[in-house]
Amino acid sequence: MLILKLMFKNAFRSKLRSTLTILGLTLAIIAFGFLRTVVEAWYAGVEASSASRLVTRNAISLIFPLPIAYKEKIRQIEGVEMVSYGQWFGGIYIDQKNFFANFAIEPESYLKLYPEYIIQDEHKKAFMKDRKGAVVGQKLVERFGWKIGDNITLKGTIYPGNWEFILLGIYKGKDKTTDESQFFFHWDYLNENLKKTAPSRADHAGFYLVGVKDPRFAVPVSEKIDKQFKNSLAETLTETERAFQLSFIYMTEAILVVIQIVSLIVILIILAVVANTMAMSVRERLPEFAVLKSLGVGGWRISLLIFGESLVITSIGCILGILLTFPAAKAFAAEMSNYFPVFIITQETIYLDIAISFLIGIIAAIFPTIRAIRVQIAESLMRVR
Amino acid sequence: MALELKYLKSKKQMDFKKKFIEIRDIYKSYRRGNLIIPVLENISFDIVEGEFLALMGPSGSGKSTLLNLIAGIDKPDSGVISIQGVDITTLSETELAHWRASNVGFIFQFYNLIPVLTAFENIELPLLLTGLSKQERHEHVILALKIVNLEDRMHHFPGQLSGGQQQRVAIARAFVTDPTILVADEPTGDLDRVSAEDVLELMTRLNFELGKTIIMVTHDPKAAKKARQIQYLEKGIMHAHPQIDV
Repeated sequence: MLILKLMFKNAFRSKLRSTLTILGLTLAIIAFGFLRTVVEAWYAGVEASSASRLVTRNAISLIFPLPIAYKEKIRQIEGVEMVSYGQWFGGIYIDQKNFFANFAIEPESYLKLYPEYIIQDEHKKAFMKDRKGAVVGQKLVERFGWKIGDNITLKGTIYPGNWEFILLGIYKGKDKTTDESQFFFHWDYLNENLKKTAPSRADHAGFYLVGVKDPRFAVPVSEKIDKQFKNSLAETLTETERAFQLSFIYMTEAILVVIQIVSLIVILIILAVVANTMAMSVRERLPEFAVLKSLGVGGWRISLLIFGESLVITSIGCILGILLTFPAAKAFAAEMSNYFPVFIITQETIYLDIAISFLIGIIAAIFPTIRAIRVQIAESLMRVR
Repeated sequence: MALELKYLKSKKQMDFKKKFIEIRDIYKSYRRGNLIIPVLENISFDIVEGEFLALMGPSGSGKSTLLNLIAGIDKPDSGVISIQGVDITTLSETELAHWRASNVGFIFQFYNLIPVLTAFENIELPLLLTGLSKQERHEHVILALKIVNLEDRMHHFPGQLSGGQQQRVAIARAFVTDPTILVADEPTGDLDRVSAEDVLELMTRLNFELGKTIIMVTHDPKAAKKARQIQYLEKGIMHAHPQIDV
């Protein structure tokens, strides 16, 4: 107990230095937790993807559409259970800064393929009946203060003009990783308008969403689909939903690598700060360690004191850092929900915070401990004289 | 106040004839760069059990070095230091640490108390190395505090005590584990006359009433006069029976 007390008291011998070190560690833990959560948010779509869903798109690029006639051909392929389709709409609500994902979809099959979007039955029925209807995620509704029955106008960027919608349904995610910030409306509504205004763009889908009977056959089914449209005017590229999501992430991989490097640098900097604090603290007290040694205190007890002192500092910094990460992340998520619809501090991040703090505490104490253990009693005490 | 040493076991008849510490042919030098500075040369003498020995001599004469060698916190270049039949010059660092914990109590000029611990906790510190229970440790510390007459200051931190009081706490810390030898390096060097008297009086009582073998380094002839025997060191060479002008 006295040893424990001594550890705590030693940790605050220099209150200013220890407080600043703890503050630095707190900020480092917040920064690390934040950056890691940003990376995880980037991968949220991948994490939420299903193994039994495939995405078929134009083999040249996603921006080139596929004929709507492909739907039936895909449906007839062995192993395919259901086919839906959709189109990235790219509409803007009032201002460009109000970005959110909006898709024209074939509602019946699309919502069946996404059971993780929970919609009340009456909302779903109303949405199915009305071609101008839209289903919107809960977070998006909260963000703009919409309510059922509201008229919403999106300004088309890919499809020019003002597009009127009626909010008829709100979906909630089955779990926290489900994106609740998307906007869905009827593909038919888009297509009918295109037939009038740009007939050459009508009867096309941006992508097909394919539900397979058994996830184990996802690869052969993908191959069959692509083989079906080989040498056609619009060849296809079919991949699992996970691979499809990852392909977007690969485009921004450099940014993710930079974020991860920055995280590592933050940790290394704070390691240097804590190591410096411990080195100074022990150097100032070398005569004291000499006295302890003269009393017969052995190396392992001295190690315990110094490692304990270092861990007291890093533990306090870690606890404060973790506690402050949550409100900081909440504020960040509220502000940046259009870019990071799923921004959750995961348990893994917390465990990593704890493990890193522990490691910093241990590494920072190694050299000061060796120095304290090796201190020559007579020589050190002579310096006191 | 008579010492009530319920726990301290070394109160016994002193055998002034029994060789307790035998020092033979000790040489010690320090290296400063390429220069080798001899500090002690061919030192040989005995200390009997229950002795109160004062080591005197001018600065740099090697008296503190000799004290450190006897206390097992430094090693000679050559020679034998046998304490109760154990040649401590042959012990490893770990063995020496154990030996010091059970055989030697240190009293330093500048007290060297842990500033963040109370007087009670400072005295309790060496007892953590023993197998005593918390209750037993408490009783030992209280007894030690009684002996040094600082019971009312047990919860004070060193910074809240005078120099004399701090030195008394340091003395209590030195004898609380009931060691056979107490080594004191200028114990009164940082104290005023009254406090120095108190400390010397306390050490005399520890020697007389508890039979502790005390080896004290001092510059102060008045302090040396409290000792039973005085050894005089000059330029690393021992001179017996010096003339002390008090």
